[in-house]
Amino acid sequence: MKIRVQTEPFDLAAEVAALYRDNPRVGAVASFLGLVRDGHPNRSPSGEGDGDGVNTLTLEHYPGMTEKSLEQIVRDALARWDLLDVTVIHRVGELQPTDPIVLVAVASAHRGEAFAACEFIMDYLKTRAPFWKKEMTPDGERWVDAKESDDLAAERWRG
Amino acid sequence: MKINVLYFARLRETFGISTESIELASATVTDLLQTLRQRGKPWSDELSGERAFRVAVNQDLAGPDTVLSDRDEVAIFPPVTGG
Repeated sequence: MKIRVQTEPFDLAAEVAALYRDNPRVGAVASFLGLVRDGHPNRSPSGEGDGDGVNTLTLEHYPGMTEKSLEQIVRDALARWDLLDVTVIHRVGELQPTDPIVLVAVASAHRGEAFAACEFIMDYLKTRAPFWKKEMTPDGERWVDAKESDDLAAERWRG
Repeated sequence: MKINVLYFARLRETFGISTESIELASATVTDLLQTLRQRGKPWSDELSGERAFRVAVNQDLAGPDTVLSDRDEVAIFPPVTGG
């Protein structure tokens, strides 16, 4: 298990390769890459050069609890599916649209476990890991509101 | 007993404080919230239950009945928005 919270970018290919390189039992790696999305694309004509319409995102987190909650989510996934290894990397600090923000990669013998566990980990990360996004828009700063659909996505894994 | 209270994100900005030490008689999360609401606005508005917030005790999500002990770390924050 590898859990990292960092400001630096990460190398998707290197992280995925590290999950299977030394383990011939791995038959499948499912990975999810989350990106910073520009929520106001109509206001950001590309190529203008002033950056006015582009939303910078600032990611705040709760050092200590962040790592603890991610570890617990991965432990829950390991208890639920037959997994061989898991990597979760979440970036914090200032990010721009198109920047990778989160990576979840799951290695297993067969694809079913890897697909399911990858989605499970993301659904719980979205609702339980203490990260908060603040958008810098042309109209000023605002904290991103939590979505009810994220709670429902995590809820469906219960029972 | 003394507990360490941390605030994050929108609540940290609204309260204008990121951490403080609070002296309480033996208490639950509900008792701590009541103490904070008695400070008046913006505490009473934010912690009344009309706007969603979460509480963690020693870095685990907690409920209103969670019992607090001396030197516990209690964090109060908005619903999370990572990923």
